[in-house]
Amino acid sequence: MTSTDQQPFLSVKDLKVHFSTEDGTVKAVDGLSFDVAKGKTLGIVGESGSGKSVTNLTILGLHDPAHTTIEGEILLDGENLLTSSPRELERLRGNKMSMIFQDALASLSPYHTVGRQIGETYRKHTGASKKESRDRAIEMLRRVGIPQPDMRVDDYPHQFSGGMRQRAMIAMALVCDPELLIADEPTTALDVTVQAQIMDLLKDLQQEFGTAIIFITHDLGVIADIADDVLVMYGGRCVERGTKREVLRSPQHPYTLGLLSSMPSLEGPVDVPLSPIPGSPPSLLNPPSGCRFHPRCAFADKVSGGLCSTAQPALDVVDGRGSACHLTLDQRDEFFADFAVSRHN
Amino acid sequence: MSNATPLLDVSGLTKHFPIKGGFPIRRTVGAVQAVDGLDFQVAEGESLGLVGESGCGKSTTGRLITRLLEPTAGTISYRGEDITHAGRRQLAPIRSEIQMIFQDPYASLNPRQTVGKIVSGPMEINDINPAGGRENRVRELLEIVGLNPEHYNRFPHEFSGGQRQRIGVARALALEPKLIVADEPVSALDVSIQAQVVNLLQKVQQELGIAFVFIAHDLAVVRHFSQRVAVMYLGKIVEIADRDDLYGNPRHPYTRALLSAVPEATVDDDGPVRERIRLVGDVPSPISPPSGCRFRTRCWKATDKCANEAPPLVQVEGNKPGHLTACHYPETEALIPARLSKNPGAAA
Repeated sequence: MTSTDQQPFLSVKDLKVHFSTEDGTVKAVDGLSFDVAKGKTLGIVGESGSGKSVTNLTILGLHDPAHTTIEGEILLDGENLLTSSPRELERLRGNKMSMIFQDALASLSPYHTVGRQIGETYRKHTGASKKESRDRAIEMLRRVGIPQPDMRVDDYPHQFSGGMRQRAMIAMALVCDPELLIADEPTTALDVTVQAQIMDLLKDLQQEFGTAIIFITHDLGVIADIADDVLVMYGGRCVERGTKREVLRSPQHPYTLGLLSSMPSLEGPVDVPLSPIPGSPPSLLNPPSGCRFHPRCAFADKVSGGLCSTAQPALDVVDGRGSACHLTLDQRDEFFADFAVSRHN
Repeated sequence: MSNATPLLDVSGLTKHFPIKGGFPIRRTVGAVQAVDGLDFQVAEGESLGLVGESGCGKSTTGRLITRLLEPTAGTISYRGEDITHAGRRQLAPIRSEIQMIFQDPYASLNPRQTVGKIVSGPMEINDINPAGGRENRVRELLEIVGLNPEHYNRFPHEFSGGQRQRIGVARALALEPKLIVADEPVSALDVSIQAQVVNLLQKVQQELGIAFVFIAHDLAVVRHFSQRVAVMYLGKIVEIADRDDLYGNPRHPYTRALLSAVPEATVDDDGPVRERIRLVGDVPSPISPPSGCRFRTRCWKATDKCANEAPPLVQVEGNKPGHLTACHYPETEALIPARLSKNPGAAA
């Protein structure tokens, strides 16, 4: 994030994505800004309905234009994607930027061989011949660690196991050497041992190609493994951002703190109950006033004048580090101290 | 645990699902060996965790215990009574003592019934009329699980995922069961909600003294909830031990690999780097599991012996009583000793 000498590869500025529905306007994303540099991984964490997936569908231009209002700017290598024509977007998608989804089986066509699906993207963007694209598909399958790629290239998705499908999808996403890869919960449906394999693979490929990755997940453990920088979303807004180390070791927002302390761990005490965040995530149809987290926040009464329920806290970002909370830094040091003790004794 | 009759005693439990094929006469051409010879006990008020990757047979085990599936072989005893092939009539009184909580809080509640109807359903079926009436009992149960008793007449769609799971818990508690089989009760929930439900189940277990078979793939959740943990792989238990032994001193290579694959929300320099084992490949098909030790195809220690001889589930040298491992070459070093020694002071 400290790209002082060069401009970030992807830059999202004050993005707002609103959907009009029969019940009213859903403010799925409400003023979100972030940058991703080449060769870096930005982890976006949030619960269901926090707007993390919508953000990334918008970057790729995959939203339904009839019911969506978008404001702000998305700059990919200096080019504003929000003003690009569908044709231009089509040229970029799969080529300069691509995406991996959670459910590999649903994202692959059951009627076409894996090789054909991987090769298709390549042919479309490079104009390669059938033979060339097939060779390319085999090479990609080999690179993502599928055994006997020259045989498996003619298999159909159902002949692959869950982990192999996810690998095939990664192969498809990387076939044109994209500079930006968006991974939306790519390991959530996988078993832990396979999840570990896939994350290692993504890290290796990133090192090799210098791809910028946006990694969306609800699992802070996965973030700790793969991300360089972290952005925590709640109710369509960013509540905290910083490097992985900063966010996981010294969270500045009560929500991040709550997420970390509600996670059971493989170490540490077991006989004390977990500390969950009370309540449930807000509806984006009628989000709470002021700070969207205040109805669930343990510290909302510590701020004088009921500021939390009336005023939206600003996200002040200095050197990529920031949080949106009305508590003063001293207050946070005081209130969050217990957390530091119990977690990093 | 060994002197008294355990609440649940499972031995040699096996379930093979036949695969039919052929034309014109469909014959059995093979079998999915979902569960293959399980032995374990659950004591009264104890919580046993069953962990493993998808396809290891943990859910099938849960459904066998509750007798939703008919076992192929082996025995299940409940309070010393053999219920392996018990008929409807014999099972009726036991069914009310063994309840189940399901994974999907959306699919497991009837959308056309009110909460009151759902939670009082088990009492209706068993013709139980508690003092003060069923409605009162339901309100009491709703209160126990942390829901507003005033929501008696609401429908499931009016609740969030976490609240629905609470309704599922209330329903399971309605008949004052002795044993609850919880099949992935929190894996469909968001992290912050997951902790709420884990705490609720823990409270229920401790205050009401209900025994649990807690099925989950999340090792951290299981560690938090279960006193004893069994690790399953391809239909077999590979290791079973008290919580501290299993997580602190895992002897089976698979247990170690599984533990090392769990991503933890800590930054590397927070302590000694955790052991890192990366398994290659996928779980083999349960239709034709590997000979001998089923884990051998992914194990880095496998030898010819592993292919020829299935390792028995025994107390290997150096294990405490009750810590059983099925491996010819058990691991010997304790896991991440530096961090474990820190634990006692952690409850600050």
